[in-house]
Amino acid sequence: MKGLGIVTTASSAEHPTRRDFLFVATGAFAAVGGVATLWPLVSQMNPDAATIAAGAPIEVDLTPIAQGQDIKVFWRGKPIYIMNRTKKQIEEARSVAVDSLRDPQTDQSRVKEGHDNWLVVIGICTHLGCIPIAHEGNYDGFFCPCHGSQYDSSGRIRQGPAPLNLAVPPYQFVSDTKIQIG
Amino acid sequence: MSGPSDFQPTNPVLKWIERRLPIFGLMHSSFVAYPTPRNLNYWWTFGAILSMMLGLQILTGVILAMHYTPNADLAFRSVELIVRDVNYGWLLRNMHAAGASMFFFAVYIHMFRGLYYGSYKEPREVLWILGVIIYLLMMATGFMGYVLPWGQMSFWGATVITNLFSAIPYVGDSIVTLLWGGYSVGNPTLNRFFSLHYLLPFLIAGVVVLHVWALHVAGQNNPAGVEPKTEKDTVPFTPYATIKDMFGVSCFLIFFAWFIFYMPNYLGDADNYIPANPGVTPAHIVPEWYYLPFYAILRSIPNKLAGVVAMFSAIIVLAFLPWLDTAKTRSSKYRPLAKQFFWIFVVVCVLLGYLGSQPPEGIYVIAGRILTVCYFAYFLIVLPLLSRIETPRPVPNSIADDVLAKTGSKAAPMVSTVIALVLAGGLVAASVQNARAAEDNTPPSQKWSFAGPFGKYDRGSLQRGLKVYKEVCSNCHSLSYIAFRNLADPGGPGYSEAQVKALAAEYKIKDGPNDSGDMFERPGRPADYFPSPFPNDQAARAANGGGLPPDLSLIAKARSYERGFPWFIFDFFTQFQEQGPNYIVALLTGFEDKPPPGVSIPEGSYYNKYFPGHAIKMPKPLSDGQVTFDDGSPATVQQYAHDVATFLMWAAEPHMEARKRLGLQVFVFLIIFAFLMYFTKRKVWANAH
Ligand code: FES
Repeated sequence: MKGLGIVTTASSAEHPTRRDFLFVATGAFAAVGGVATLWPLVSQMNPDAATIAAGAPIEVDLTPIAQGQDIKVFWRGKPIYIMNRTKKQIEEARSVAVDSLRDPQTDQSRVKEGHDNWLVVIGICTHLGCIPIAHEGNYDGFFCPCHGSQYDSSGRIRQGPAPLNLAVPPYQFVSDTKIQIG
Repeated sequence: MSGPSDFQPTNPVLKWIERRLPIFGLMHSSFVAYPTPRNLNYWWTFGAILSMMLGLQILTGVILAMHYTPNADLAFRSVELIVRDVNYGWLLRNMHAAGASMFFFAVYIHMFRGLYYGSYKEPREVLWILGVIIYLLMMATGFMGYVLPWGQMSFWGATVITNLFSAIPYVGDSIVTLLWGGYSVGNPTLNRFFSLHYLLPFLIAGVVVLHVWALHVAGQNNPAGVEPKTEKDTVPFTPYATIKDMFGVSCFLIFFAWFIFYMPNYLGDADNYIPANPGVTPAHIVPEWYYLPFYAILRSIPNKLAGVVAMFSAIIVLAFLPWLDTAKTRSSKYRPLAKQFFWIFVVVCVLLGYLGSQPPEGIYVIAGRILTVCYFAYFLIVLPLLSRIETPRPVPNSIADDVLAKTGSKAAPMVSTVIALVLAGGLVAASVQNARAAEDNTPPSQKWSFAGPFGKYDRGSLQRGLKVYKEVCSNCHSLSYIAFRNLADPGGPGYSEAQVKALAAEYKIKDGPNDSGDMFERPGRPADYFPSPFPNDQAARAANGGGLPPDLSLIAKARSYERGFPWFIFDFFTQFQEQGPNYIVALLTGFEDKPPPGVSIPEGSYYNKYFPGHAIKMPKPLSDGQVTFDDGSPATVQQYAHDVATFLMWAAEPHMEARKRLGLQVFVFLIIFAFLMYFTKRKVWANAH
């Protein structure tokens, strides 16, 4: 027996084409069935419906946060920094030349117009996911203790191995003192 | 038989590996060139079917373990969340649960096949004993798996089975405590069962490797029971046996899929949809069907230790089969007497299984004792005796001769089978009479839009049912597995996201603690679950005259009633599964102001025709005109009951429509595939005949 595959055992007698067609059709059917079976087996690893529902938008009241202070809230399991920046912090963020930045973004594009003192960023270091510490480092912003990335008061990367600025989550102001994240 | 292979790979990489680890040669000699007897029938495909089932159980089991929480407080809920929230979770759970049954079904056929064709005889004793070990491991695995959902049957099954060990003199109680890890079945028990349930399948896989190894040393037995002598007696495993096995597997999958997609609860017990309650034993403790014959043997012996010993002996005796049946002729085909007794034995096993599911009283006990004697007599008296006195018919000279003679006589008179079946029928009929006479409070069957293979929920009915729940039932009953968001899910009541948001906001949800450490109330969100009317079970009991109003999320699956023989067999084909909703309607409409003469109802209870025992703590909840519907549906109790039962069926199985829809697609696929496999198999075998 030569083995390996049914097709090679064909004795090419009367109807070689019809026979081959049958083998190919059966094999193709089996392959389609196998792939279709894989779908639910892989799909089950995605977040389940309860997790997705729990990731709905949240509302945060800003009144307790004084100038120069920040709070950390959780949304979809991620820490979100909400920082009430001082005049000095805003000025620092706006005086730097955007072109000189690793991930060039203006401070204006990272906050909501008319609410320039509020910085809302996802507190996850863009290097490898540690949580940077607020109000530390050389730029009046964030310092990541893991591998020493430093972010400025706009959450932009200034020094260290991280490639990108701290991400801004989707959010909007529902009123002057309340934001909705998500 | 699978000696050193002459297989030589041509690919240089494979060659390089083969010189260092001859794995391709091993594979080739075991699964390609390996000579199989050419006269194997389809009963031999169950080996391949079992391998597939083992693989499938491990695969689905590993996946379920990713979502399951082995904790006494969380296990039940985590299983429900798998079914409700995980993508295709309902499918994976049905596959695993029905898969266990299919695994046992296949293994029983495999074992009976071995019994009939004498596959345990010299030189295959070790092969057979390894099989018995696999079977024992399977039973342990199946039992521990059944405990994991932590429902009522899980809990009480675990209690009863572990208590078997307390029958051991002197050390029994210490052993049971050791098994439990506590003073009763509890969280430590659940944790260790989960651990072992994960471990044992891999042990099974290991023993299966030995089983296959032993098989490949001794060679396969075959229907003629004569060893292959020349090349003409065998065909190479691939393609011949492979393709035949695959055809067998594809047919088996159709059978399997019927359970997964259409009868997922047919083999389960409704009580297991009630969370484990250490304070209440279900009226009727029944193990899974595959243990029933042994359970019947256990119960038919009126002594604790003796019963346990008999039960275990019933399995262990299988291992001694090669030495109990010493007849030289292997196959029962050529043993006229052994063949008749074999079929009687099959019937005895089936009847024992039936008795195991019945209450241990009256005629069932006597029948159980007789059949237990028959069971052991088969192994200990009939087989040894037959080996001495029976004159077998001549066996064919060779397998090739057997294949040629196939065209001859086929209509073997199965007198014994007929006699046995008549006997069995009589017995069952008698017991049915017995059961019928006792009660006639079976809920009448209603018409349900969701019944049958194309069934869909009636959206209007679901919305009306929700209204009835909100305005009436929710005053006492919780619905804690249903989140508001579910009301917008496809296959549900069909509300929009905005409607669900508004509906959720009507509810006050307890949340917290907040930054100052206080609990607070806030309006509901779609992700919240329906709040319970009482803060805890004690409060619920106190407010309801001592009765606990059950949670309604699963009530449509947790309530059922006996259909009895032969209905339960027809139900399998007609896909009848609506016992739950039928019961709900019957209960809601079954209140009577005055109990019938001769029935006394205790103070604080009410008479209900369909409630087990008739004395229910819930007063008649619905009366005509109580709830008004916007769509003009009649405001009658009958309508309320029907709608709320529909709603509760959806609450118990929100993905039913998806299940039936996918089921249809899978069936079309599998049937076409089985046909293709059949013709492919015919083409391939055309060379061999
Ligand atoms: S993770 Fe922050 S610097 Fe590496």
